[in-house]
Amino acid sequence: MNPRHSWIIALKDIKIFIRKRTVLYTLVLLPLLLSILFPLVIKYGGKGSGGIPASSIPGVLGSFEWFYVIIPAIIPAPMASYSIVGEKIEKSLERLLATPTTDGEILLGKSIATFIPAIIATYAGATVFMALIDSVTYGKLGYFYYPNWDMGVILLLAPLVLLLSIELNVITSSRVSDVRSASQLGSLTFLPLIGIYLASELGVITLDTSTLLILAGVIAVLDVVMFRVSTSVFQREQILTKWK
Amino acid sequence: MIETENLTKKFGDLTAVDGVTFRVEEGEVFGFLGPNGAGKTTTVRMLSCLISKTSGTARIAGYEVGNGADSLKIRRLIGLVPENVGLYESLTAYDNLDFYGKLYDRTESQRKESIAALLKMLELWEKKDVPVATFSKGMKQKLAVALALVHDPQILFMDEPTANLDPEAAKTVRDFILDLKKQKKTIFVNTHNLDEAQRICDRIAILNTTLRAMGTPEELERSVRGRVTVIQLEQPNDAVLAAVKKLGLGDVSAEGSKLTIGTADPEKDNATILDAVFRAGGRIQSVNVVGSTLEDAYLKLVREREKA
Repeated sequence: MNPRHSWIIALKDIKIFIRKRTVLYTLVLLPLLLSILFPLVIKYGGKGSGGIPASSIPGVLGSFEWFYVIIPAIIPAPMASYSIVGEKIEKSLERLLATPTTDGEILLGKSIATFIPAIIATYAGATVFMALIDSVTYGKLGYFYYPNWDMGVILLLAPLVLLLSIELNVITSSRVSDVRSASQLGSLTFLPLIGIYLASELGVITLDTSTLLILAGVIAVLDVVMFRVSTSVFQREQILTKWK
Repeated sequence: MIETENLTKKFGDLTAVDGVTFRVEEGEVFGFLGPNGAGKTTTVRMLSCLISKTSGTARIAGYEVGNGADSLKIRRLIGLVPENVGLYESLTAYDNLDFYGKLYDRTESQRKESIAALLKMLELWEKKDVPVATFSKGMKQKLAVALALVHDPQILFMDEPTANLDPEAAKTVRDFILDLKKQKKTIFVNTHNLDEAQRICDRIAILNTTLRAMGTPEELERSVRGRVTVIQLEQPNDAVLAAVKKLGLGDVSAEGSKLTIGTADPEKDNATILDAVFRAGGRIQSVNVVGSTLEDAYLKLVREREKA
């Protein structure tokens, strides 16, 4: 495995994404909207009854924080799906596969190309969220709520979830032949995360720091397993001969 | 440089390439002629290590096709111009070339030098910073050829390099192939353009799942029925017909005052034929040697397969 080849492929893909504005908008829009919406809810929520009480704010914010685990599961779908299917659509995959690069180098490059913009968008959104929350809650709480350990673990979990989502998208896009199908199937990664969110809201599980760290470990193992799966399902011959 | 022996590719029950054996020498332009679905692209994909072979052997510059370790070495040695141009449309011509140059581990100075040389040679230098999406079909095809050469490969595989090009763009690509030949590159061209094959190829193989024939364009032309001498007499003359038949050179037929004599070697036999015509009292208006064309050879060989 030559990481330099992966980096070259990643830079090329990022260059293409920058020129495809719609892909960029889908990447930036969700984290940005949520990062503004959540502080607005805290500021104006329960306005008729004197607003959200200070004692309830940490609980509400805990629910919001989980969205920074869900966001990286959703936003890479269009880019990651485009990674393989897009090459097929541009009919550039045959030429790329004829170069002295391995399947692993190509897939790693595709993953990096999606990972970098998506993690920047997620972290930028989280930073805006924390800054705005601090500005709207300082008056009630008397201290800056962020940064804190829970959000730190959430931000550790985000890249792990992002990697998993990208790998699932790459696997899907290796097996289907149009971007929309790949994107729709690939974005299903967020469903188990929604399940965890609902379970925590219903009190079935508690998303405390130790639970989040265990979850991070499980997802890290899944990341390694899914990368191996993605290289094994990437069948050059099938992609070249079956896709029309 | 390129050798195959009984190279075969099956997709399930369908045999795309069946027991193909050939050898391409260094510096040779070798043409693969055949109709659509004949197995030309499949052969190039096998030789480019893009798809696996079902059976048989193939070697490129001594490296074995199908051997995992050799595959990367083969890919470094070869350049591929696929049937579809395969360009990144939103990137510029320069960026497309630079990307592939980097993947072949060329240094920055090597890349700059080869990109400038290729773009200038193919008359694309002025458009180097323009997104490829704005290029004409001919410009894209020329850039596709340049992409395959950015790492200065020894062997070039070209799959229908002039398909869908206007005559001027096709000529530029053909001339470029002939330039590459002068540089001693080994070039393997898939085409169904007979005229093109005749103009640029040293040898041609006719493929229709199996290899039907192989040789120089001239050898293939002769392989169909040899050549005939056509003599136009002033008037029909049975004595002349009898005299020529008596020579026993080949099939002789008369159609009015036109005599057609089949002969393996007209340059050698024509003096004897004309002597016989004069002696029998024939008065000649014109003499022509007519050969079968590459098209005759191609159609005959391809149809034989279809009938089979």
